[in-house]
Amino acid sequence: MIQGDDLHKAFGTKQVLRGVTFSVAKGESLVVIGGSGTGKSVLLKCLLGLERADRGHVKVAGLNNPRPQILAQKVGMLFQGAALFDSLPVWQNVSFRLMRGPGRLNTAAARDLAVEKLARVGLGADTADLFPAELSGGMQKRVGLARAIAGNPPVLFFDEPTAGLDPIMAAVINALIREIVTELGATAVTITHDMRTVKDVGDTVAMLHEGRFYWQGTATDALHSDDPVMRQFTEGRTEGPIPTLR
Amino acid sequence: MTAAGILGAAGRGAAGALGAIGGFVGFALASLMWMLRPPFYLRELGQQLIQIGWLSLPVVGMTALFTGGALALQIYAGSARFSAEFAVPSITAIGMVRELGPVLGGLMVAARVASSIAAEVGTMKVSEQIDALRTLAVEPMQYLTVPRIVAATLAMPVLVAVGDAIGILGGYAVGVSRLGFDGPTYLRNTLDFLEFWDIGSGLVKGAVFGFLVALSGCFFGIHSGRGAQGVGEATKSAVVMASILILAANYLLTEAFFSA
Repeated sequence: MIQGDDLHKAFGTKQVLRGVTFSVAKGESLVVIGGSGTGKSVLLKCLLGLERADRGHVKVAGLNNPRPQILAQKVGMLFQGAALFDSLPVWQNVSFRLMRGPGRLNTAAARDLAVEKLARVGLGADTADLFPAELSGGMQKRVGLARAIAGNPPVLFFDEPTAGLDPIMAAVINALIREIVTELGATAVTITHDMRTVKDVGDTVAMLHEGRFYWQGTATDALHSDDPVMRQFTEGRTEGPIPTLR
Repeated sequence: MTAAGILGAAGRGAAGALGAIGGFVGFALASLMWMLRPPFYLRELGQQLIQIGWLSLPVVGMTALFTGGALALQIYAGSARFSAEFAVPSITAIGMVRELGPVLGGLMVAARVASSIAAEVGTMKVSEQIDALRTLAVEPMQYLTVPRIVAATLAMPVLVAVGDAIGILGGYAVGVSRLGFDGPTYLRNTLDFLEFWDIGSGLVKGAVFGFLVALSGCFFGIHSGRGAQGVGEATKSAVVMASILILAANYLLTEAFFSA
């Protein structure tokens, strides 16, 4: 369902991705971990078509090296900061794509769908008319999640879904993601450095290190790996093969 | 620094400037191309007409009012040296509609609108809202840039026309109350000497200035750097670029319209 083959990406002289190869089967949830600045978000942008890989091949939902506009009907994305549109009320954020383009919903249907999706992520109908600036960080993430699942896409991407949230809210968002991915039967890729997310959301885990997938395996194996790089990362040690100054 | 070092720095500076100009021109051409491609976001266009046009009326009106008054005083002071005070109404009107109305209106809108567009679009970029648009099957050039450029291009001639009228009114108020002109005579002198192209050229200038203002705001917003500093830099650059382009375009258009 999602494939990356020998992906390379550089910005100027900085080589970020140096040959990332992986595949995610239909219905599987892959969590990509790695330190800050190792290229996790760049990898996600390459998969979404927001960045074009310098070399290599991407296949998502049967589309080869797709442009984001083409991919939009098959993919939902939760951005790190939710990336809600400030000028629109919550319900229009949730139904944004479905109100535009061919086969678009009318206003009443779009609002009903938004309220339904907001309910799915635990928000009441009274949230629908608020603006993003009136929401807490946790509520913004929920709205971002509702927007991601609005069209019931077969593929979901999550970029640091628990960043900036307290542990309780992070656990709530992780649980929601897991439930929704299972419920939709979606294929998911989650970028994180939160080990709680690895445990709660991932079927499989890949460790991005030095521009490649250094380690791939199940979530359980990731948390109990003897590999020094994996152990340093999962246990949050300052000493080990991963440099702390990056 | 050695001569070679100075030459090298100058060359790098020139190459950077040329690259920036090329980027800006390319962005302008891309904007024009996207204007012709559906879908057309009419609701966004309407919102921008209100933001750029309607809400700029007070600042353009105030600028025109005081400029018209000051212009009448200056022309009176100058023309009195040649006993040609009778020319105050006509020269004030021509000065307003041909030059000061569009240029000062354009500069005020540049300060108000280019900064606002650059800050808004730049913030959208750094908070990943522009990436979000693309993942939701919406092309940012069509959704953000085109409505703003079209709205500014349509709204500016109207703002210039209103500014012209208010500026002439400012000149009239000063002429009648401070300089001793008879009201009906002042108005007749104004209207008798104004030609259609005096007004039309100013409106064409307004449309061009509106295009340049919105283009600068969108260009620097979309190319904004990261964080508050990046957005601040984009905002400043948008206003500076829009102002310079307005003054340069004004000269070129004046040359094209009125050179002998």
